[in-house]
Amino acid sequence: MLSDYNFIGVFVVVACIFPFVALGLAWLLRPKKPNQVKTDTYECGLQTIGETWVQFRAQYYIFALVFVVFDIEAVFLFPWAVAYDALPLWALAEAFLFLGILTVGLVYAWRKDALRWQ
Amino acid sequence: MDFILNFWVELGAWAQDVLFGWGLPVWAVNLISDFVGVLILLVIGVMAVLIFTPMERKVIARMQDRPGPNRVWPYGLLQALADAIKMLTKEDITPRHADRALHMLAPLIVAIPALLVYAVLPWGPNIIGKDLNVGVLYIVAIGAFHVIALIIAGWGSKNKYSLLSAFRVVNQLLAYEIPMVFCILSVILFSKTMSTQGIVEAQTIPYFVVMPVAGMIFLICAMAEANRSPVDLLEADSEMVAGYMIEYSGMKFAMFFIAEYVNMFAAAIIISTLFLGGYKFFGLENLAPVLTPVIVFCKAAFVIFCMLWFRATFPRVRFDHLIGFAWKFLVPLAMVNLLLSALVVKIPVENARVEPWVQGAVMLVGNLIVIVVTGFILNRSARGLEDAPALKRIVAVER
Repeated sequence: MLSDYNFIGVFVVVACIFPFVALGLAWLLRPKKPNQVKTDTYECGLQTIGETWVQFRAQYYIFALVFVVFDIEAVFLFPWAVAYDALPLWALAEAFLFLGILTVGLVYAWRKDALRWQ
Repeated sequence: MDFILNFWVELGAWAQDVLFGWGLPVWAVNLISDFVGVLILLVIGVMAVLIFTPMERKVIARMQDRPGPNRVWPYGLLQALADAIKMLTKEDITPRHADRALHMLAPLIVAIPALLVYAVLPWGPNIIGKDLNVGVLYIVAIGAFHVIALIIAGWGSKNKYSLLSAFRVVNQLLAYEIPMVFCILSVILFSKTMSTQGIVEAQTIPYFVVMPVAGMIFLICAMAEANRSPVDLLEADSEMVAGYMIEYSGMKFAMFFIAEYVNMFAAAIIISTLFLGGYKFFGLENLAPVLTPVIVFCKAAFVIFCMLWFRATFPRVRFDHLIGFAWKFLVPLAMVNLLLSALVVKIPVENARVEPWVQGAVMLVGNLIVIVVTGFILNRSARGLEDAPALKRIVAVER
């Protein structure tokens, strides 16, 4: 079973080499004449004003938190789904309970207006 | 005759026999056959770019009533090759304010997760990179790495547009991953396995017919994940020019381009594997196993055609609508669908096994009920919107 992952390992190595080959080929073929205007930041022909690396807005973190909750839930549900056929009927009630708790969380976030983009 | 029908599997066995004939040890033969398999999958992935860029431009052009590319011999079919040569010989510009290391790193890693997904996509019975027993989980896990490359690209360019795009990457790609995973879970409940080949074998009826709700949710989410118009808010031309790839030129830009098309083709094959019966086509796969890769390719091409159809039909959605649609509509609907699948799979079977088609029919009826109820709820909330004072004012002005 574990030897299945040899293939994935070979694939990872080859897939990591592929971009180097492509970019290396381009490096050999392309012209290299940078100048002051070319290397400017693109801003529709205008000078960039102000700081570029601004802080992320707090709202992104709220969405990220909701995402983490649901993603971890999904990780727990994968083994449940595979073994579901062999589990007793109680597994169904457990899944309802589990998803029910998370639904309460989603409804809470919804009522708090966390899911509305401002 | 058997050799011709089973061409691909026999070819692999023959090649391994030749290698053993040279007196190589087992591990060397395994390594070489793995390496050759990887190269074949890599070529398939990159060929997808050459096949689907002309297809996209031709199909969109026909839908918009114009001829599309028609200069590069014949019917402009070699346009993609001409584009590739152009990309190779373009100058590569790094903005002097950019974070040089991150700016270089992003194009190097963006295509890797997209290509790695091909390892578990089935092209026929035993024609597969490696039939992992956690195949679908592997697809979900590898697919998530894509996000990191895009954020690095957006942040490293030090450009306001690309930074905005990086913010959007966080939101859009994360939001659409949740309903997608729930749809995969309902497929796993029915197939009782996570191996991609097992899922295809378990589909006596294509799952799109059994659970159209999950199929449609998955299609929408796959489009959002592969960043296709009308949900391509990450690179929306009219809002922020090209998003995270604005400061990239030449081959570095081409890497993002390749990643996008490789992603789209992979998403199309995943949809055809999970919902459209994969390499099965009315018994043709038993009659002539040599044709199974062709069947998979045709189904994937059909799915991509549907995506292009969406693109040509719908205008781009607004960002708050996109996020609201994912969290307030797709996530609850996918959860309901998951519970419905759990009910249908469990309730009728305690001692006696039911026929798969009975289960499928019950699931289909349940799905239709879900669709009707969803439509009813949407209709009611839309009526609520009509009463909103702002909308009323607009309607009054228009009258």
